[in-house]
Amino acid sequence: MPKLTIDGAGLEVPAGITVLQACELAGKEIPRFCYHERLSIAGNCRMCLVELEKAPKPIASCAYPVADGMVIRTDSPAVRAARRGVMEFLLINHPLDCPICDQGGECDLQDQAMAYGFDRSRFHENKRAVPDKDFGPLIKTVMTRCIHCTRCVRFLTEVAGVPELGATGRGEQMEITTYVERALTSELSGNIIDLCPVGALTSKPYAFIARPWELTKTDSIDVTDAVGSWIRVDSRGGQVLRILPRVNDAINEEWISDKARFSLDGLARRRLDRPWLRKDGRLVPANWGEALQSVASRLRATAPERIAAVAGDQTDCETMAAAKDLFSRLASPNLDCRQDGARLDARRRDFYLFNSTIAGIERADAILLIGTNPRLEAPVLNARIRKRWLAGNVAIGLIGEARALTYEVIHLGTGPAALRALLHGDDPFAATLRSAERPLVVVGQGALARPDGAAVLAAAWTIARQSNGVRLDWHGFNVLHTAAARVGGLDLGFLPGPGGRDIHGILDGARSGEIGLVLSLGADELDPADLGHAFLVHIGTHGGPMAARADVILPGACYTEKSATFVNTEGRVQTTERAVFPPGDAREDWTILRALSELVGLPLPYNSLDALRARLALEPRLAASVGGGCNDPAGPPGDPDMMAEAPFVSPVGDYYRTDPIGRASPTMAACASLRTAPSAIAAE
Amino acid sequence: MSGVSHKPARWTPAHLFEGGPETFAFSPAYRAKAEAQMAKYPPGRQAAAVKALLDLAQRQMEEETGARWLPRAAMDHVADMLSLPRIRVYEVASFYTMFKTRPVGRFHLQVCTTTPCWLRGSDAVLAACRRAAGNIPDGEVSLDGMFSVEEVECLGACVNAPVLWVGDALYEDLDGEATEGILGSLRRGERPAPGSLRGRQASAPEGWPAVEGATLTDIAKTD
Repeated sequence: MPKLTIDGAGLEVPAGITVLQACELAGKEIPRFCYHERLSIAGNCRMCLVELEKAPKPIASCAYPVADGMVIRTDSPAVRAARRGVMEFLLINHPLDCPICDQGGECDLQDQAMAYGFDRSRFHENKRAVPDKDFGPLIKTVMTRCIHCTRCVRFLTEVAGVPELGATGRGEQMEITTYVERALTSELSGNIIDLCPVGALTSKPYAFIARPWELTKTDSIDVTDAVGSWIRVDSRGGQVLRILPRVNDAINEEWISDKARFSLDGLARRRLDRPWLRKDGRLVPANWGEALQSVASRLRATAPERIAAVAGDQTDCETMAAAKDLFSRLASPNLDCRQDGARLDARRRDFYLFNSTIAGIERADAILLIGTNPRLEAPVLNARIRKRWLAGNVAIGLIGEARALTYEVIHLGTGPAALRALLHGDDPFAATLRSAERPLVVVGQGALARPDGAAVLAAAWTIARQSNGVRLDWHGFNVLHTAAARVGGLDLGFLPGPGGRDIHGILDGARSGEIGLVLSLGADELDPADLGHAFLVHIGTHGGPMAARADVILPGACYTEKSATFVNTEGRVQTTERAVFPPGDAREDWTILRALSELVGLPLPYNSLDALRARLALEPRLAASVGGGCNDPAGPPGDPDMMAEAPFVSPVGDYYRTDPIGRASPTMAACASLRTAPSAIAAE
Repeated sequence: MSGVSHKPARWTPAHLFEGGPETFAFSPAYRAKAEAQMAKYPPGRQAAAVKALLDLAQRQMEEETGARWLPRAAMDHVADMLSLPRIRVYEVASFYTMFKTRPVGRFHLQVCTTTPCWLRGSDAVLAACRRAAGNIPDGEVSLDGMFSVEEVECLGACVNAPVLWVGDALYEDLDGEATEGILGSLRRGERPAPGSLRGRQASAPEGWPAVEGATLTDIAKTD
C-alpha cells in the first residue's frame, strides 16, 4: 500500500485510489464540482487542485492516482491561489442571480465561492447567455448558470442508462443539451437535480416554493415501490414540499425514482379528510362517531364467515397487524394482502423475498428476469442491475415483455414456454445459468399474478436450484415486489386463516353475496365492480373508484403523515416518520381499527403506537435478518407442468400512476401524458 | 434547402437548424468507403470511425445537394451505423468546426483572419467574400445559394498569407482583386487551381528558385 504525506502527516492508503480520495481519508476537505464518487471521473472543473511536491504545477487530485512517497499539500498558499483562480474563472460566466435561484442555500458554487473564492470579479466584458432547455415536466433548466461539470451527462449515461444528454459545441459555445429538444425518458431523471452543483438543473414543481433553511427535514422511507428507498421528507407548515434521497448503499445508494421524488403533490390533492357515510344511496359527510358506529353495527350484524378484509399496496404493518387481530377476535379467517391476486407462497419467508439482496445483485454472474420489467417496477433496483452489467461478465436473460431495460438482455421468450425450455435444459441459457457461480433468478408480479402463478413460482425456484443457486452461501431465488406493503403483509400472515377465503374467494363471495362486508385497508387497486353488493368499508387516503363505491369512508394517513413500518422486497424492516399531520379529520389507520374494535366490543390490547410496536416485535419474521443463504433447497409446492401459455405482462403499465398518490399528482399526470402521447398519435 | 431558418448568432443551438433532408442514407459508393473506415478499427471499437463517417456524410451531401453540411438525419444515420447514442454523434459533430451542422452555401468561404493573415491584408479578402455573398451576415447563405462566409482561425498557411479556404482547396497569397477573380470563376462553375495566386512554389520564398541566394543553403554556399 502506498505511503504518502498529506499536509505533513504520513498516511498509508489502498493502492489504486485517487489523491482526492487519499486526502479525504486524511480528513482534508477538497472542494470539487465535477467529481462524484458514484460517477466516472471527468477532471474538468479543476477545483480540486492540490500541490504535489516536485510537480511543476498543481494537480487535479480527483484524476490523479496515488503513488508511493507522494508529498501532497492541500492548503498551501499556491493551492489557495490556484483555487481562487479556478473559482474566478468559473464565475466569469455565472450569473449573479442567487437571490432568485432555487439552489440558493444549498449550492456548491455558492458555498465554495465563499470558502475558497476571490471576493470580487475582474471580468468586465459581457457574460455569455445560454438558452434554457426543455427537459420535460420535472426538471427546470437555467442553462446560463451551468458550469459544465457534466455530472448530469455522466449520470444519465452511466447510472440511468439513457444517454440523452450531451455537451455540444466547444469552448464558450459549449452547452449541455439533448440537442433535439425533448423530455428525458429516464425514471431516475430527478437525480440530476441533486447532482447539479449549481442552480442550472432544479426541480420544476418545487420552483420558487421554499428555501432550504425554512424546511423541516424528516428521515423516512419511500413506499411508491417495494424497494424501500431511504428518503428525506422536507416539509413546511403542514405541507410536504419536496422529497430527497438519503444515502443507503444497501438499497438505493444515492438515487431515488422520479415517482418517489415527484408524486408528493398528490399528497395534498383529492384527499379524504373526513368520514363519509352512504345514506339513501348517496355519500354524505359524517363524523367519526356515526361512521364508526355504523361500521361496528354492521360488523356485529354480519356473520364472521361473511366478512373479509383486503390490504392495499401502501398499507403499513401496524395497520395490518391491528386488522388481523381484530379479525381474529371477530373469528373471521377471510384476510388477504395480495390484492393483485399474486400466487405468493408464505409458507417460508424466502419464497417471497428478494433473497440475494439488492446489493447482492452486484455479486451475481448470471441473471434471469421472469415476468418483470424492473425498469418500471423498481427503477433504483434496475440501476443496480445496470451497474452489474456495466462491470461486465454477466449474462442477463429475460422472459416476458421485450422492453428497453437500459442494459442488454437475451430475450428468451415471452411466456411459460421459454421457462419450460430452461427447465428442461433445451435453451442454451440454462447452461449459462448452470455454469454461473452465483446465478440470480428474479420473478416479477407479472409472472405470479395469474392463475398459474404458483406453477411459475415453483418453476423459477426449480431453475434457481438446478443452477445451484439455492445453497448455504448464496440464495439466488428472488421475488421482486411492486407494492411496499406486500412483504409486510406476508410476514404478518395477513392471509386467509384455516378455511378462510383468499382474494379470489373474497371477490367471488362478494359477487355471489356470500361475503356481506369487505374492509378495504387502502385496497385502491381493486375493481369496485368485483365487489357485488357487499357493504364496503374503505380506510383510504384519496378519492377514487374504491372511495366512490364505499358505503363508509374512513380517512387514513399517507406514509408522510405517520410513523409506520414497511418491509421492503428484501425483507428489510424499515419505519417512516411523521413529517406532517394527516389532513382534516383523517387519522392514522391503526387508530381507526383500535377505535372500531372498542365499538364492536372486542377491544384490541394496545392503546399507543409503542404498545402496538411491542406486539409487532413478537412477530418472528419481522426480526429475521436480511440476505444470507438457504439451508433448505426444497421449493414451493407448485407444479411447473401446470403452467399455461399466456405471455407474462408486467403489472406496471403506466409507471407514473401506480398508486393513489401518483394518480392524484398533477406532476405525474404531466409525465404520464408525455409517455403515452407518442403511441396515441401512432394509433390514430 | 427551403424552409430553413437562419439564425445569425454563432452560439445559436444547432437543434434550431432542422433544415435539410428528412432522411439520409449513405449511397452504395459512400457506404463502401464508410465500411472501409470502420474496418480500420478493432471489433467493437467501430465508434472510433465517427469523424471519418461524418466527413463522408458531409461529402455525400455536397454531391447530392451542392452544400457540404451535416443535417440531423445524416448524424442520426452515422449514429445508427456505429451503434452510438445519437447525442454522442451530435457532440462530436458540433465540437469540430469542420463539421457544419447548419446549412452552408454551394461554396463555403472560410477566410483566415488570424494575425499573420490579417497583417498581410485579410480584411480585403474578407470584404471581397462578403460582397460576393451579397453582404448577408456571416454564417448565412447568400440568396442565390452560392456563398456563405465564415471567419476562421489559423489555417496553417501563414507563410502564404492571406489565405481563403473553399471546399478542399486553399487559395494563398491573395488580395482583394485576386479573391474577386477566384469567386467569379467559382460562380461560373470553374475550379481555379489551388495554391499561391502569385505563382509561389509551395511555401518557398517568392521567386525561388529563379532568385539566387534566397535560401539559407544558398547563403551558406556563397559564404
